[in-house]
Amino acid sequence: MCLAVPGKVVEITGEGELRMGKVDFAGVQRQACLAYVPEVQLGDYVLVHVGFAISRIDEQAARETLEALAEIGALEEAEGGG
Amino acid sequence: MRHVDEYRDPAAVRAVVDRIHATVTRPWTLMEVCGGQTHSILKFGMDELLPEKVRLVHGPGCPVCVTPLEMIDRAIAIASRPDTTFCSFGDMLRVPGSRDDLLKVKARGGDVRIVYSPLDALRLARQDPDRRVVFFAVGFETTAPANAMAVHRAKAEGLSNFSVLVAHVLVPPALEALLAAEGVEIQGLLAPGHVCAVTGYRDYEAVAARHRVPIVVTGFEPLDLLKGILAAVEQLERGEARVENQYPRAVVRDGNPAALRMIEDVFVVSERSWRGLGAIPRSGYALSAKYAAHDAETVFDVGGLTVKEPEECRAGLVLQGRLVPSDCPEFGTRCTPEHPLGATMVSSEGACAAYFHYRRAPRPAAAG
Repeated sequence: MCLAVPGKVVEITGEGELRMGKVDFAGVQRQACLAYVPEVQLGDYVLVHVGFAISRIDEQAARETLEALAEIGALEEAEGGG
Repeated sequence: MRHVDEYRDPAAVRAVVDRIHATVTRPWTLMEVCGGQTHSILKFGMDELLPEKVRLVHGPGCPVCVTPLEMIDRAIAIASRPDTTFCSFGDMLRVPGSRDDLLKVKARGGDVRIVYSPLDALRLARQDPDRRVVFFAVGFETTAPANAMAVHRAKAEGLSNFSVLVAHVLVPPALEALLAAEGVEIQGLLAPGHVCAVTGYRDYEAVAARHRVPIVVTGFEPLDLLKGILAAVEQLERGEARVENQYPRAVVRDGNPAALRMIEDVFVVSERSWRGLGAIPRSGYALSAKYAAHDAETVFDVGGLTVKEPEECRAGLVLQGRLVPSDCPEFGTRCTPEHPLGATMVSSEGACAAYFHYRRAPRPAAAG
């Protein structure tokens, strides 16, 4: 039930508690409440759970995670794997 | 970036798996707390990629599974009323109560609706002011902001026909109970990433320090999970026990302040009964006094209804990580998703359902 799916905000309407948006999940668009992510702008990615965005996805942190993964890959390759 | 496929890259998976193999020197038992993580692990077969020394046990993080029988019976009592529209997430409908389930109430003509969001239930209350609309507010901290908003809006809009049956539970008190139990074998925890997206992870720091266990905030994609496992194993091998965030694209230490403010406005921390774990103090939410008019337990006077848990279902042991679902004598025979004995076989996050869907065939003998 704690499933939350990342999607891209493509439309924002309303303010405060009534801030809503349209979120694109790889082509499928759904309405989501954006009241809990006031910092979110058009084009940002959010994690949506039961119709509510609960978190803005931090692109910088995501890049760092992927870089760390790439580093592990490069190291394992250099060491000939496990 | 779409924040999905990048975390399923086979070459990166192999590299992290290799790193885990290279790191482990002693046997360790880790618990992934969230049922969503359990399903990912089994679906992608990640447990079979790990060294034998790393054992994963599955945690209680399935809100549908830990909802006690008496709460299901209360839901059924309310849903059976002719003046009521009862709304729930789909998972809850086939969870057996002591005699019935919500799907049977629906089959008998009861107005039971599956909704995607509590806002859908609120919409029904707006559309039909003559019907009493009840939403089954089940969930962990992840779902609490959504359910809190529905109650908050109902009060703001004067929707007196809308109420919620609250069965909200909290992760840290359950972890405390699990780690304090006798004979516990859990040495490290993968904390639920989406719960922490809401709450942050300050509360987990006290748990890690008190019980000397590393706790790694972990996401749900294969590489997220493997990175979480690697981080926990690295801490254990070094003799460390601290909270580490391996899901920083979604989680910050203090959580989501706007969501936490709404939770604090609508809910108060209360004792909750957990299926399999029993009553745990301060382990859930109840509606705060100013929202009492929207509390379905009071509105329909079902709070006194109590029943005993059935003995034939061993979900309690599964939820504590003490029984592997496929080792249960009823697994796949008397207990299937079509005819479940308990909620862990029904819920999309239940460990028994995960084993049924992904691990029914006997595991092939290891080559070599």
